[in-house]
Amino acid sequence: MSTQNQQFDIHHVSLSELRKEESTSIFENVSFGFFVYLMTDLVLFASLFAVYAVLHKNTAGGPAGYQIFNLNTVLVETLLLLTSSFTTGLTILSLKTKTKKNVYINLFITFLLGLSFLVIELNEFSHLVSIGDSWRVSGFLSSFFTLVGTHGLHISIGLIWMIILAYRLHKTGFGRANIRRFTIFSLFWHFLDVIWIFIFTVVYLMGVTRL
Amino acid sequence: MIYFASFLIGKLNRNAIPSDLMTLGAAVSIVAGLIFGALIITYLHKWKYLWKEWFTSVDHKKIGIMYIIVSVLMLIRGGVDALMLRGQQATSVGIHHGYLSSYTFAQVFSAHGTIMIFFAAMGMMFGIINLVLPLQIGSRDVAFPFMNLTSFWLFFAGMILVNVSLGIGDFSAAGWLAYPPLSELQYSPTVGVDYWIWSLEIAGIGSLLSGVNFFTTILKTRAPGMTLTKMPMFAWSVLCTTSLIIFAFPILTVTLTLLYLDRTMGMHFFTAGAGGNMMMYVNLIWAWGHPEVYILILPAFGIFSEVVATFSHKRLFGYRTMVGALVSITVLSFTVWLHHFFTMGAGADVNGFFGIMTMVIAIPTGVKIFNWLFTMYKGRIKFSQSMLWFFGFVGLFTVGGVAGVILAVPPADFQLHNSLFLVAHFHTMIVGGVLFGYFAGLSYWFPKIFGYKLNEKLGRLTFYLWFIGFLLAFVPLYILGLLGATRRIDHYSASLGWQPLFIIAGVGVLVIASGVFVMILQHVVSFLNRDSLKDKTGDPWNGKTLEWSIPSPAPFYNFATTPIVHSHDFYWDVKNIIKHEPKEINDILMPKNDSNAPIIGITSVFFGFAMVWHIWWLALVSLFVIVAILLKRFNDENPNYLLSADKIVELEENYLIFRQS
Repeated sequence: MSTQNQQFDIHHVSLSELRKEESTSIFENVSFGFFVYLMTDLVLFASLFAVYAVLHKNTAGGPAGYQIFNLNTVLVETLLLLTSSFTTGLTILSLKTKTKKNVYINLFITFLLGLSFLVIELNEFSHLVSIGDSWRVSGFLSSFFTLVGTHGLHISIGLIWMIILAYRLHKTGFGRANIRRFTIFSLFWHFLDVIWIFIFTVVYLMGVTRL
Repeated sequence: MIYFASFLIGKLNRNAIPSDLMTLGAAVSIVAGLIFGALIITYLHKWKYLWKEWFTSVDHKKIGIMYIIVSVLMLIRGGVDALMLRGQQATSVGIHHGYLSSYTFAQVFSAHGTIMIFFAAMGMMFGIINLVLPLQIGSRDVAFPFMNLTSFWLFFAGMILVNVSLGIGDFSAAGWLAYPPLSELQYSPTVGVDYWIWSLEIAGIGSLLSGVNFFTTILKTRAPGMTLTKMPMFAWSVLCTTSLIIFAFPILTVTLTLLYLDRTMGMHFFTAGAGGNMMMYVNLIWAWGHPEVYILILPAFGIFSEVVATFSHKRLFGYRTMVGALVSITVLSFTVWLHHFFTMGAGADVNGFFGIMTMVIAIPTGVKIFNWLFTMYKGRIKFSQSMLWFFGFVGLFTVGGVAGVILAVPPADFQLHNSLFLVAHFHTMIVGGVLFGYFAGLSYWFPKIFGYKLNEKLGRLTFYLWFIGFLLAFVPLYILGLLGATRRIDHYSASLGWQPLFIIAGVGVLVIASGVFVMILQHVVSFLNRDSLKDKTGDPWNGKTLEWSIPSPAPFYNFATTPIVHSHDFYWDVKNIIKHEPKEINDILMPKNDSNAPIIGITSVFFGFAMVWHIWWLALVSLFVIVAILLKRFNDENPNYLLSADKIVELEENYLIFRQS
């Protein structure tokens, strides 16, 4: 503690200048750390699913799931999100071609798919609120809005993240740091897809079959 | 105009300044203390030094010290709360009503529990982990140094928010876990519960990030050759603790958010009507809360494993069973949460299952106790201050554990539930177990961090005061609990004859307070005598783990050369060889100091404050600022610098000359 690192002549190192093994270990640490973070997010969603499972029959005079869910739009949402997961995969593959244009195209398609998903979801929410079925009505609707909304919030964060990724690629090209950023983004996006599959099943499918 | 004002300052108004003298006095004295401290720093021209060398430092050892300073301050704040509680209980009998109103009393016990768990115990835990863990596993630093500093500042922000509630508005009066429906808007209309929610939310996210960080650090940055089964026991305990954090803290985040949504958005998760389910809250909060107590105790177990083996001059007895016990406690800690509310009425089968699981978890804990005792058996035991804490721990923890097994029997629990017997039980575990463990660790690793040992005599005196004070303070509570005294009681009939016991308990708290005073005195005296107490070898206790192989105080780059580990208790095996080996020293990649983390912390205070008082514009602005800072940080192309080999050689040689002198 007696020594103070500010006193030394230091020269700065950028990530791209790092020695190979140090760069590799940062890459590994970040990917692993991010994966662990995703697992905490998984527990977060698990808690919300548990809450939904407890409350989904507590309609308190308000509507039940089968009265308000529209499976057609949910199917469209699901297809949009699944396709976007596929195009994220294409984005990662196109990184290997080292052609910015390919990456931009795939990333842009992913972005559009995610955005349309979000628009449909918000539309569903605003429709429900407009016909008086808001989160204030019952425990069921509170947990429905919170669970699906939390997923939607994650999607929004993913959309912003994509814009930043495109900016990073534009500025600094195909460095290891950027490859790492794209990799952990794809982890995140696939993860949201998995969560959606569960929402699709537990909330919507089981909801309309009155389970 | 009114609309504009409510837009600008939300629910904030003149009544937010506390009207009762007690609270106002406390708030004023804290503010006065802060101003006084700030004036001293300004007078000494130390602001720049503090900012550059501490607040923005990503060095895990400095972050650890900052954690410990904050947590000790919070230990004192929580201790003052405890004194107020016992003072009230000792005097509020029959026709006398004490000096606290029921509402203030409720705020004080809520604040006491919240502060002690989240800001004293958790802070001290992260402090010790930060100080020791990277050194013990031969690592350069934690896996994510910037995130580590951010965690500290989020912890700090939560701490500030709890204390702000003293001066602006009020604090939760719903107990340290704020059970609904009492904590719902209908029954707690003031901002107290919101303060509670947001201080824990922010500090909790900090803890979660720390959990991810240290989990990754252990699994990814250990010195070459250190397989998991050659890892020191403290590192094992941290691995288990962090996996608990990873699984448990998201549940806390969700639970607090849902309660806030209930209170603000009119949702119905835990409300009494409209399809809410208040018992779900109790389940959720304990699904986090029970693992939380193991999060606190496991590092203490790890510390004792190091301390006992070192001061008995023997290898730890039953290393593998120790690891097995740790891991089984980790897994089992998620299967017992319902024992906190057997009286919920879940039925005999459910209660039976959780009662049995609770007794089962006592088995691995017992294994650990016996392993420590067998480690001492035939050892050459040195009765240092760290060991005294261990002896105190064994006695108290066993008594507290037996009380816990009694409480684990559902029919007995129906009688003891909500009584002072329970309060005495968990204080025995958390003071006698957690806190004694951390104190043992602090005196054990102190020389490694500061370069000089702590005064031994005053250390012993501290222990005896704490130990005797503890018995005086809590044995009466066991008795009172069996006599039927409920917890959180602020007034009782004189005919019950409880007053003498409450007075003894109050005296006990005073004795503990004198223990805290002697502890501070010990640090002052040791600092003044730091030359005679200097740790010249870097290995004052004949340690067996890697942190003792480097100079004291530990250099900021930790290890000049990364050690290669061959066996468990590695440093004992190679101690005499390693010092004479020529070292090949390379450049080291170091993280730069980072001013983003403290700014994130300060902005989080504003964010939390805005959420508490419904000042939505401020919440949005501060959230935006936090995101902007994070983006700026992630786009930083130069977060590291290279420390040249020549410089390291120079520093290491200075150390060698110093050691020979």
